[in-house]
Amino acid sequence: MAPRTITPFGPQHPVLPEPIQLKLTLEDEKVVDVLPAIGYGHRGIEKACELNEYPKNIYLCERICGICSAIHGMTYCDVVEKLWPLEIPPRAKYLRTIWAEMSRTHSHLLWLGLAVDALGFESMFMQYWRIREKVLDILEMTAGHRVTQSVAVVGGVRRDIDDDQKKHCIEVLKDVRKEAEALNNVLVNDYTVKARTVGKGVLSYDQAIALGCCGPHLRASGVKEDCRQLGYWAYGDLSFEPITAPGGDTYSRVAVRCGELLQAIDLQLEAFAKMPEGDIAAKPKGSPPANEAATRIEQPRGELFYYAKGNGTRNLERLRVRTPTYANIPSLLVMLPGCEMADVAIIVLSIDPCISCTER
Amino acid sequence: MGIIATSRLKSPWIMHFDNSSCNGCDIEVLASLTPLYDIERFGIVNMGNPKHTDVLVVTGPVNRRTARVLKNLYDQIADPKMVIAVGTCSISGGVFHNCYNVLGGVDKVVPVDVYVPGCAARPEAIIDGVVMALQKLAKLQGVAL
Repeated sequence: MAPRTITPFGPQHPVLPEPIQLKLTLEDEKVVDVLPAIGYGHRGIEKACELNEYPKNIYLCERICGICSAIHGMTYCDVVEKLWPLEIPPRAKYLRTIWAEMSRTHSHLLWLGLAVDALGFESMFMQYWRIREKVLDILEMTAGHRVTQSVAVVGGVRRDIDDDQKKHCIEVLKDVRKEAEALNNVLVNDYTVKARTVGKGVLSYDQAIALGCCGPHLRASGVKEDCRQLGYWAYGDLSFEPITAPGGDTYSRVAVRCGELLQAIDLQLEAFAKMPEGDIAAKPKGSPPANEAATRIEQPRGELFYYAKGNGTRNLERLRVRTPTYANIPSLLVMLPGCEMADVAIIVLSIDPCISCTER
Repeated sequence: MGIIATSRLKSPWIMHFDNSSCNGCDIEVLASLTPLYDIERFGIVNMGNPKHTDVLVVTGPVNRRTARVLKNLYDQIADPKMVIAVGTCSISGGVFHNCYNVLGGVDKVVPVDVYVPGCAARPEAIIDGVVMALQKLAKLQGVAL
């Protein structure tokens, strides 16, 4: 047996924008064991949510994660609405769907850029981030900020998208779709990308289910599961079919996200076409009653679960958040052993880790 | 010494460390490296190694677990060094100020030279912050920027 060494990977590492540590046990260049050490991103947001009045928690929940902050805010509003329960107007449902899919578009472009950067494909990283800026521009135009969009209020949304903005959004999205499609074709057919990803970090169909994975990571193992199939907000009216890939390796995960990127743009275009006229927010009366509720929303990384318990006062008694990366980290323990040290970066990135979500 | 001091200003290497931020400022730090904002035109390169770094860019509030890591990274950077705190929560703790695991701003652990406000800080503001840090460094070294 070759001598074993333990190498720390993180908490500060060039490929990881966020602090997570993996203690890798290496035999020469081969990984034999891995131990994730988490807790670097923990702030205690769930507890802090009990200290604020419930409308103020929207802003705190949006800061659980900066990449999908709009979805966190909307999911919090969704769970608080379920405490009454309160029905939101149809136009608000469509607007929430549009902003959720816009977040998914920019999140997947961001991930594709980071993933190819981890492979050393820097020009492609720049290309993906170049077209991502166009999506951020329309987010800023419609919501008011590039990153923290803050569009949700309990009962609906805070802003409307008027006809001029809608026309501009459709133009930009069509343009982004064309450019993204061209880049995706280069990425999935590139010889070097295939050599670095095909057969690396394999997770089989059964393992993916047994480990409770979710999101694009689960669908890349061939499981056709997506929370958007539940038909919340406007998804019931849109033609939505989950995208899957059979391989279960890193290449499949890249392919699934490439597909979902284009699908997210198509969903936005369809939602813009079908969006009804009307109010954008229902007015809630008083504080939520003593009740408990849970909701499941598909985030760019997978299933986002919120649980809230009200006690009739202006504060929530308990808020619980379960995020997709928390469900996907255990699969690293199956995917990493047996791989080369050089492949660790891309395999870890292939689950699209979002540590600030996970640890809150 | 003259040429080293001048080239440090013309091509400062930055290292980004995320304490426990929400990712908003992190992706804006990365966005300022990409084609639309492109801080590489100032010779600024993002590095992963503290020993190669001139400017440490820190995002997010310091929590009980990252305080030691941040101190450790700061100590490994060779002098002269600059620290930029990006985002409201790295300045004071921001919205997380009353969370039980948050100690507060970055200046609780390491000395900070430039504060960049914003939630999330815009790439333009981050670029401005880096330029301010360079002006401070030029003054410190007694050379023209």
